Amino acid sequence: MANNIRIAAPKTVRKGEVIELKTLIQHAMESGYRVDKRGEPIPRKILQKFECFYDDTLIFEAEFHRGVAANPFLTFYTRAENSGILKFRYTEETGEIFEDSVEITVK
Amino acid sequence: MKFKLMVTALILMSCESASYTTSYDNAPTQPTPLKSGTEFLTPETRALQSDSFANPAFLWVDRGETLFFQTPISGQACSNCHTESVRPLKDSATQFPKFNSKTQTLFNLEAQINYCRVTYQQEPQLAYETEDLLALTAYTASRSKGRPLTVAVTQETESNFKNGRDYFFTRRGQMNFSCTQCHDRHWGQKLRGDTISQGHGNGFPAYRLEWESLGSLHRRLSDCDRGVRAEPLPLGSQTYIDLEFYLAVRATGLAVETPAIRR
Amino acid sequence: MKHLVKRRDILKSSLAVSFSLTTPALALAKTDDMTAAILDTFGRLPKESDAILLKIPPISENGYSVPVEIEVESPMTNKHFVKKIALFSDRNPLPLLAVYKLTPRSGLAKISTRVRLGGTQSVHAIAEMRNGDLISAKAKTLVTVAACVIL
Ligand code: HEC
Ligand code: HEC
Repeated sequence: MANNIRIAAPKTVRKGEVIELKTLIQHAMESGYRVDKRGEPIPRKILQKFECFYDDTLIFEAEFHRGVAANPFLTFYTRAENSGILKFRYTEETGEIFEDSVEITVK
Repeated sequence: MKFKLMVTALILMSCESASYTTSYDNAPTQPTPLKSGTEFLTPETRALQSDSFANPAFLWVDRGETLFFQTPISGQACSNCHTESVRPLKDSATQFPKFNSKTQTLFNLEAQINYCRVTYQQEPQLAYETEDLLALTAYTASRSKGRPLTVAVTQETESNFKNGRDYFFTRRGQMNFSCTQCHDRHWGQKLRGDTISQGHGNGFPAYRLEWESLGSLHRRLSDCDRGVRAEPLPLGSQTYIDLEFYLAVRATGLAVETPAIRR
Repeated sequence: MKHLVKRRDILKSSLAVSFSLTTPALALAKTDDMTAAILDTFGRLPKESDAILLKIPPISENGYSVPVEIEVESPMTNKHFVKKIALFSDRNPLPLLAVYKLTPRSGLAKISTRVRLGGTQSVHAIAEMRNGDLISAKAKTLVTVAACVIL
């Protein structure tokens, strides 16, 4: 099963309203400093990048390092200009991408 | 970068005077007043637990919900047999561990879920502590959230109760501690930067910040065993299920809090 | 799962007495490392400013997941907006925790997240404004159990 992503965004908003967006993703953010039960080091594997697209415009971006807690949590804001799709994209350092999106309606 | 392990020694409890006397009936020692582990957390950690979006344990609960409605090859989803009206699960976690009359054994939720998978879904057993078993257990338990534990000892479960109670009162490990010393007698006190709670299982599976993950009650029990330098039992073993049973009887009246956050 | 590297801040208590068999070799990041990381990210050093509000609990019972909230005063218009916010730790060996890039479309320069902290320390938030201003704020937290994995 793919890494779970949670997104919280209001469904309908007024034009120009500044809205809070929240996201949480299941990811160990493996730091590379831990060992497994057999004492073997667990290789580093972290999410490096988060991007939020409003339709196709990049409106917010984050760069994660090892100091970001496991199962990263993030809230940020955007001004709702039009009805559209908000796409949340996480990129792991392996290049793997985890993505989910929500729709918002501007009244 | 190399660090040396800090060795922490507990000295106080080795100089206890009287031995502990218990009456050998089916009443557990119950700390008074009964307090959930949540009460020993900082306000920030408690806030995370009660935040139904940000509490990371919900990542597993969500996954469990998806699995619950997913149809396996055999055609029987969990949700086919367990609906709001037929064999509903909304109180189940308050009754577990529970005696299963078909197998004549005491099941915890994990064992029951695996039994349903194998018997009713023709699916392979899920190994303890795998993401899917944690997810299904957390989802199932979270449906009883807020309802009080009601596990009681019956004739069928008396031997399980005794076995669990014996484990609770037996000293073990290099440090020679028993569960009762920490969780009945010293709850509220500090230990290695932690505050000892009454040792209830009502929040599990729980997200421990230190694990950076959701984990089962048995994983927590094995951490406590390891904490006194004792060899932990295998997760899912009958003795841990019996111990879980003793803990549940001991916690009668506390509400299910799954999915809880713990340090 | 065990940790390769384990170091705990010990709270004195009636129950626990701690000692280490050998002196732990503490490889704490020095403020210099953080300065280097700031220069690496922004090319210069910031001025402290009240225009940044940084919230972090005074006591974090566990360094694996410390809530942090940052808010920068700004109208967030095309002319005046916050371009970038970065979070630094003055104690983790890797001082740069995260970087956020904002746009006028953000509407509000406010972010919250959770970070790993390897012990009691100050966290620094630095914001770069559209007009080039570079401002900072810091907040201290006492970490009871450190997130050792990141040291
Ligand atoms: C040396 C003291 C010590 C001993 C002995 C000990 N524990 Fe613990 N236990 C702790 C500490 C510390 C914690 C973490 C803080 C807390 O109590 O929630 C803990 C946590 C727990 C929890 C989780 C409580 C919660 O709300 O998250 C349970 C359940 C538990 N212990 C059961 C046991 C059992 C059963 C035994 C015996 C096999 C045992 N403990 C032995 C110190 C101890
Ligand atoms: C074909 C029907 C069927 C399917 C599919 C099934 N179960 Fe069950 N389940 C039962 C029956 C019958 C019982 C009663 C006890 C027994 O037979 O073990 C039960 C009991 C339970 C209980 C204990 C209820 C209580 O309050 O005592 C739980 C929890 C449970 N199942 C969870 C699950 C989960 C999770 C799944 C999917 C992985 C699942 N079941 C799939 C039929 C089913």
